[in-house]
Amino acid sequence: MGRRDTAAPLDVPPAIELRGISKAFGTVQANKDISIRVMPGTIHGIIGENGAGKSTLMSILYGFYRADSGEIFINGKKTEIHDSQDAIRAGIGMVFQHFKLVPNFTVLENIVLGAEDGALLRPSLAKARRVLDELAREYELEVDPDAVVEDLSVGHQQRVEILKALYRHADILILDEPTGVLTPAEADHLFRILKNLKEQGKTIILITHKLREIMEVTDTVSVMRRGEMTATVRTAETSPEQLAELMVGRKVLLNVPKAPASPGATVLEVEDLRVTDADGVERLKGISFQIRAGEILGIAGVAGNGQSELLAVLGGIMKGQGRVRLNGEELDLTGRHSDGQSRRARGIAHVPEDRQRLGMILDFTAWENVAFGYHHDPAYQKNRWLMDNDAILRDTMGKMERFDVRPPIPTLQAKNFSGGNQQKIILAREIERNPDLLLVGQPTRGVDIGAIEFIHKRIVELRDAGKAVLLVSVELDEIMSLSDRIAVMFDGRIMGERLPEQTDERELGLLMAGVANGKGDAR
Amino acid sequence: MDFSTLVQILDSTMRLATPLLLACLAGLYSERSGIFDIGLEGKMLMAAMCTGAVAALTGSVWLGMLAGIGGSILFALVHGLASITFRGNQLISGVALNFVASGVTVLIAQALFRQGGRTPPLSGDARFNPIELPFAAQLADIPIIGPLYSDVLSGHGALVYVALLAVPVTWWVLFRTRFGLRLRAVGENPASVDTAGVSVIRLRYTAVIITGILCGLAGAYLAAGLQTGFGKEMTAGRGYIALAALIFAKWRPWHALMATFLFGFFQALALRPDVIRGTLGFDVPVPALDALPYVLTVIVLAGFVGRAIPPRAGGEPYVKER
Amino acid sequence: MTRLPRWADLVLVPLISLLLAGVISALVILAIGQSPWEALRTMVVGALGSPYAWGYTLYYATSFMFTGLAVTVAFHASLFNIGGEGQATLGGLGVALVCLSFPWPHWTLALPAAMVGAALFGAAWAAIPAWLQARRGSHIVITTIMFNYIAAALIIYLLVSVLKPAGQMDPATARFPEGAHLPQLNEIPLVNLIFDKQVPANVTLFIALIACWLVWVLLWRTRLGYEIRAFGRSEPAALYAGISPFRVTMLAMLISGALAGLMSINNVMGESERLLQNSTEGAGFIGIAVALMGRNHPFGVFLAALLFGFLFQGGAELGLWTTIPIELRTVVQGLVILFTGALDYMVRMMLVPFFRARKLEAA
Repeated sequence: MGRRDTAAPLDVPPAIELRGISKAFGTVQANKDISIRVMPGTIHGIIGENGAGKSTLMSILYGFYRADSGEIFINGKKTEIHDSQDAIRAGIGMVFQHFKLVPNFTVLENIVLGAEDGALLRPSLAKARRVLDELAREYELEVDPDAVVEDLSVGHQQRVEILKALYRHADILILDEPTGVLTPAEADHLFRILKNLKEQGKTIILITHKLREIMEVTDTVSVMRRGEMTATVRTAETSPEQLAELMVGRKVLLNVPKAPASPGATVLEVEDLRVTDADGVERLKGISFQIRAGEILGIAGVAGNGQSELLAVLGGIMKGQGRVRLNGEELDLTGRHSDGQSRRARGIAHVPEDRQRLGMILDFTAWENVAFGYHHDPAYQKNRWLMDNDAILRDTMGKMERFDVRPPIPTLQAKNFSGGNQQKIILAREIERNPDLLLVGQPTRGVDIGAIEFIHKRIVELRDAGKAVLLVSVELDEIMSLSDRIAVMFDGRIMGERLPEQTDERELGLLMAGVANGKGDAR
Repeated sequence: MDFSTLVQILDSTMRLATPLLLACLAGLYSERSGIFDIGLEGKMLMAAMCTGAVAALTGSVWLGMLAGIGGSILFALVHGLASITFRGNQLISGVALNFVASGVTVLIAQALFRQGGRTPPLSGDARFNPIELPFAAQLADIPIIGPLYSDVLSGHGALVYVALLAVPVTWWVLFRTRFGLRLRAVGENPASVDTAGVSVIRLRYTAVIITGILCGLAGAYLAAGLQTGFGKEMTAGRGYIALAALIFAKWRPWHALMATFLFGFFQALALRPDVIRGTLGFDVPVPALDALPYVLTVIVLAGFVGRAIPPRAGGEPYVKER
Repeated sequence: MTRLPRWADLVLVPLISLLLAGVISALVILAIGQSPWEALRTMVVGALGSPYAWGYTLYYATSFMFTGLAVTVAFHASLFNIGGEGQATLGGLGVALVCLSFPWPHWTLALPAAMVGAALFGAAWAAIPAWLQARRGSHIVITTIMFNYIAAALIIYLLVSVLKPAGQMDPATARFPEGAHLPQLNEIPLVNLIFDKQVPANVTLFIALIACWLVWVLLWRTRLGYEIRAFGRSEPAALYAGISPFRVTMLAMLISGALAGLMSINNVMGESERLLQNSTEGAGFIGIAVALMGRNHPFGVFLAALLFGFLFQGGAELGLWTTIPIELRTVVQGLVILFTGALDYMVRMMLVPFFRARKLEAA
């Protein structure tokens, strides 16, 4: 273990070679006959849309799933990987999208977990402390070994994950969507670490759906689409446009055609809004902004900087302090009228960030979900006591047709629809209420490309009908192409507002990292 | 209440707290690993019956105890099968096993002894006999400390001391050993253990079996220490009270000791209406005293003692993410 | 995992679970040296062999419908109400107080009043654990169990010290007035053509059937039922939809407690005609098995209640005619809960190969 083959001449076998890997979940073919070669000491990118099978492939490599067929070679040697232990023994380390850390353990305890040296803890912890110190100096991976993980920033938690892999003598490091939760500055630091690791002879596989990252850091790149590997190319010999086309299989409209906004009267006024969560942490630290009729305000920011709480308090899910006025009238933020029902009655519709957890009941049928939140609507009642299920069913059929939900079967359970179609059901429910204000969070997360265009168009249509829209998204591209104005959130505050045509991703990135004027020097 | 009465009550507190403490620690292992166990009650009952029956048949309390542990482990494994292997509802599994235990113990006891579902009275070597701690006689005359040592601490069956010893051992295992680290981790975030190449299933089964062993000891003590044989439903809700104590103790071993002794003290008090009359100055109906531990449990659960955060992965079967 | 067809999920899984519970029970009977075949024969004859036997089976089934519905309503709100036993016990107290407080002229007047008493007392006993769950996050499973014990102690105290008439030895209330006597099946015209001997089953059976239908309407036709089901499936989503967790928790538990309490119309008013100690005979717990076996659907509860009525009456016959203790019922009940509620995944996995094979043949 711990080999250092820095020089990689042509006769050296690939660090990883997959041959003909296939894997099906029930009727879904997640991976179809996939072959790939990654040379030692390189960074190899795997890019593809959500659901293209990237994560499944890497989970097979890490022993989480068994492939239905195919072979794995590590450093030219055929290797059977039945579980994570086999993968670790073969020198593979993995940094998952959702960190696999124990939140109330210290960094040291997390690193040692599963790689202890004996039945007693103390010697293991002491050794880990020494090794950690060396690794930190070698790879710019400083982190306080005695800090409790849940107190660390996301960027530091990610470092712990990388250190965990290195502590287990990983020569091959797989990172699954590592920048999703990072600020651009943190992402830059991560890329420096990765390049550093590469120079020390480590092999790195980077899974992402972001073209920019692939272009910036990888040596070679493979593109996946619908479970198949469509191409493997040298990064230097390709372009973002070509990769995008390979990913999607057709030319993509990266920009939504939309006319300039013609904002009307102010619809939403937020003044010094504060929210404290159940643990007593202040999530919104005094936020003020306005949205006018016929305008989309985009909230940019790295996940976890208060955007979710902003949607929650406006949507009536959380309580807050401060003043919020809708069409000039005060909203109740703490009392009896601070729940979702009251918000809907006031003309606020809400497409939540986490549609499967909040936006719908997966075990309910499509028609039951169409009534969700609006089940008090008089149109859905037969009389004082009973609901009119037939009326809801008829309404659902109309909505399914107008929003092109497939399959258009109202009695199908929500969990049997794809992510995009689930989102269309929610969107139909909320938009067709003709709200004065639409709150929409991560409208296209986990949604296929075709549906993305459709969803974007509907949001713009609502704006053009003179409604106010508050859009929260962690995808900068989405924010840039949909918003009429952009506000950037960091640590529960709004760092600044910009017009999309007068800013760029660099400036927004700095604001997202908490650099106040967005013009400061990050390096 | 004078000092000698207090000594008497503390003495019976020791005895009444012991099964609670063993069951509470049993629950601690299981819940720390992320498996909720409402079925402590049933396992104790099963163990009590097995102990009562085998001790009566062989005349040896130790064989009885082994049988009790065996019976308890059998139930623990079924709970493990339902909650770990088949990812079933852990609450329902526990409740179901309590019913099975409630019925099957009577069935077996009746089939073996035909004494109305009881096991025959145990005596002599078929019970846990009192152990005199060293110097108990010599120290008895020292004021205050003497009686506390000689009459309260000394003179109990072996399992009382095993239970007391189990507290520091559990603390040590939990916070000073590799197994403890992994156990705590699997109850908080099983994925962290799984991705580190350690089997979640094996860890959880180990925890569940330890739970079985400790419940076995608790049941054995009920049948052959606290009382003289097994009787129908003799656990009388102790499994649930132990769970409440576990929540009260916030899943920590030393706090479990204190919580169970508090419950034990109230149980001991409920046995002495005379003392309560003397202290309060009026009669308290016996059923009210019987209900006291249960009312206390509700008060503890109502959280008038601070918020308790259970292990984060508790009650959720582990399924690998895609 | 291959999904099973819906009918297999609804019908086959409970049946296989029952079969498994039966097989294990048979093994237990064998182990204690008895003949399972003989036991089954005794049970069938004793519970189904004559109108008289049916009179008992239906009597028990009536109780189980109420307790099964009680568990069902709470289950849909994702609340595991194990307190049916205590709530039914308190319901009995409500019935007794109503029946004894007034010299009722006719049962048609006494019945509605007693129902109100039963439902109110049952609901009140569920209200405290419900409030503790909704406001303090106290585990409702443990609190409802504790309330069972507390209810038992309370009833003993009341029967011994307060409600027992002077000069009576056994701890029980006085007999209810004649006017509070509910017609038994053998006293109802036309029905008495079948039931010629006196049986405990009484008009409450019809109230139980109506309750099944009303619970179905509640759960699938009303806004409250919609909110209960939504809340039970996902609390965060319910909050998003503006459904108040506190309100749903309270209402679901109050309805659940009221249903459990209503059971005592059957046993206290319809059968013993006075309040006795342990009047519920564990029916509150059997409700859990009935609800799980009935797949938390009122029609399923109806069928499962009949089945458990058979098991209960048959089990009592076993106690009379064989040396198999009556506790066999508890074992079967526990096993049914285990297989339908906790090992259902195992049962499904056992069925999957059959359906996969059939699919391949069809393809």
